[in-house]
Amino acid sequence: MIGRLDNVVIQTVCRLLIPPIQLFALYVIAHGHYSPGGGFQGGCILGASFILMVIAYDIKEAKRMMSEKVNTILSSLGVIIYSGIGVVCLILSANYLDYGILNKILPVTIAEARALGIFGVEVGVGITVMAVMVSIFLNLASGGEHGETEE
Amino acid sequence: MTAQAPILIIIIPLIASFLNVIIGLWRKRLCYPLVIITLGLSVILSISILNTVIIQGVIHYRLGGWEPPWGIEYVIDHLNAFILIIVSFISFTIAIYSKRNVEQEFPEKTVYFYTIYLLLVTGLLGITITGDVFNLYVFLEITSLAVYALIAIGRDKAPLASFNYLIMGTIGACFYLLGVGYLYIATGSLNMADLGRLLPDLYHSKAVLVAFAFFVVGVAIKMALFPLHVWLPDAYTYAPSTVSAFAASTMTKVGVYVMIRIMFTVFEPRFSIVMLPSTEILGWVASGAMIFGGILAIAQTDVKRMLSYILIAEVGYIVIGVSVANRMGFTGALLHILFDAFTMACLFMAAGAVMHKTGETSIHGFRRLHRRMPLTMAAFSIAALSAIGVPPFAGFFSKWYLVLGAIDAGKWIFAVLLLLSSLLIAIAFFRVIENIYFAPSDHAHNGVGQEEIVRDETPLSMLVPILTMAAGILILGFFSGKIVSAVIQFTVPGGF
Amino acid sequence: MEFIIGKFNYWVYIILMMIGFYAMIAKSNLVKKLVGMNIFQTAIILFFISIGSKKGVTIPIIQEGAGDAVNQAVNSARYMNPLPHVLMLTAIVVMVSTFGVALALIIMIFRKYKTLEEDEILESLRSGEEN
Repeated sequence: MIGRLDNVVIQTVCRLLIPPIQLFALYVIAHGHYSPGGGFQGGCILGASFILMVIAYDIKEAKRMMSEKVNTILSSLGVIIYSGIGVVCLILSANYLDYGILNKILPVTIAEARALGIFGVEVGVGITVMAVMVSIFLNLASGGEHGETEE
Repeated sequence: MTAQAPILIIIIPLIASFLNVIIGLWRKRLCYPLVIITLGLSVILSISILNTVIIQGVIHYRLGGWEPPWGIEYVIDHLNAFILIIVSFISFTIAIYSKRNVEQEFPEKTVYFYTIYLLLVTGLLGITITGDVFNLYVFLEITSLAVYALIAIGRDKAPLASFNYLIMGTIGACFYLLGVGYLYIATGSLNMADLGRLLPDLYHSKAVLVAFAFFVVGVAIKMALFPLHVWLPDAYTYAPSTVSAFAASTMTKVGVYVMIRIMFTVFEPRFSIVMLPSTEILGWVASGAMIFGGILAIAQTDVKRMLSYILIAEVGYIVIGVSVANRMGFTGALLHILFDAFTMACLFMAAGAVMHKTGETSIHGFRRLHRRMPLTMAAFSIAALSAIGVPPFAGFFSKWYLVLGAIDAGKWIFAVLLLLSSLLIAIAFFRVIENIYFAPSDHAHNGVGQEEIVRDETPLSMLVPILTMAAGILILGFFSGKIVSAVIQFTVPGGF
Repeated sequence: MEFIIGKFNYWVYIILMMIGFYAMIAKSNLVKKLVGMNIFQTAIILFFISIGSKKGVTIPIIQEGAGDAVNQAVNSARYMNPLPHVLMLTAIVVMVSTFGVALALIIMIFRKYKTLEEDEILESLRSGEEN
């Protein structure tokens, strides 16, 4: 009896809280180069929002939303975004991760090109960290059976 | 293109490892060609870097365009380029070898195995190429985490062995980080060349002394120097064949490279040799490694475990070469890094081939294998003779330099211990070689008929890498003079 | 007295590090070893951050308001050194990754030996070898 009431309270509160948490995480990622925050911190908060969903609902619900395949692809995608920005700088004949050269393809000044370059890198890092946090938690919570039914 | 080679050699395996995950989830059979192409490219790039260094001198590459010491800088001199080419060539060869092994032992984990393998190669190449002490810590941890994961896939005791390795390896990396912290407190800089310039005024301070101690102990745990080697035999015995071959031939050697960098580039040679008796202590510790490794190798019944103890002895040889602190000894140490990488790779790959065919690696399981797998056993014997130090195989040339270096420094006891340890390794290998070639047939008393042993050689994709390493051992020994005069003589630190 | 109070950040970090180190060596449960490793690494991170501060400075976040700092130079003597903070971000990421790998290894060990006490595992290995 108490269990069922508890569940309703937790599920409602989580349903209300998770979108603001994710919004706050995106805010933290976007302001990383200028104030406290950054890719890793924002990614952890995003990952924590998914873990909150596991705590509130069943683990099967969370696995339905973030299957192992999606997690793996997202974690690779983040690193490819990060390295991809560096490779774009290489192609434009500057050193690796020398974001200033990006003002040749984007209509901004050199200083703003650097800020945009760092922002892109932070987004990549945030995506990877979120996928890895969720993946670690789901693997440990299900005792290693998460993803074992994949091909 | 060649101006960007220092960074391309790092990011090509890195991006390939993450592309491998995406491609592998789509088509599993494309993983192996991707790995081979990537590592082939990194071999070509490392040869080009060595060429540039021989012609032009030291290469400086600034990441992000920032000047050192504010930015991270990759510095490549002769020592770096030498180790880069060893690591990339061995990783390429073992990747070719790995196909059958992965198919037999863990086929459902192919995609993730190759991903972590490429990450491991990225980490090792990164440790070798960077010129910034904190960047080295990051790459060191990338390497270590990849190795813990790969070792744990092996057979019976592998997860427990990997857990032990994790605990000890993390202590080593944390000690390294503490050393970096103390140096940062004392000087405010993290760039190796800058530290080399700023530190000589501070050699009297206790913080710098403690930093040196933390560095040496931390790196000694990572490269399995004598009293801190305890994690190595378990970890390399139960790991999959590919992983033990790769880790045994490269990880310990890269650890020695880090120690050489710290003792002779970040801290000046006169600090490491004259002001602190660190080379004396390292010499005695390495002698312990040689004798202890030799004695315990004789006591084993499993071939892979015996090879792990011989690896501990080989690390002892290299550190003795560094510790006698003269030109001959240092040359011997670097030549021994090259030849020992080839020898250990060949030995572990041959043991893995035997495991692939017979399912066990005990010494008894090698009985009369020269009928069944003649080429593999020939390669094993060549590598064994090189590890012992028999001319004309490669190991003889490097041990010759080491003994000459010990005699030059007046340390006769080290020369005697070197030869004694070679004798112990010879005894250890002779038990296996006797079993392979000279064991009496089991069915001699049967009377009914002789047992017909069919020739059942290892598959070609495993045989070609083993034979390549054996050919390397045969040929490179004769070129050792050329290698010394072209590359190694420029790596010896000044003042030797 | 000056020796203890003047350098109390060093004392705190040494005591925490030794507690973590003791737990890694002396405890027999594998999860307790991991917790000890975590305390050890956290002590190092604490130490690094504590060396960045000096007398009378504030946290390294620019304080004049959003648009101002773009137009004026920052008075760097008012803020503490931000470089150790940035280095320790990387070290925290490494710590979390090592912890994740270690927990995955512990799950594999538990599935195989059904226990997480080190002496019980060694006992079962020894009796397995005798059979």
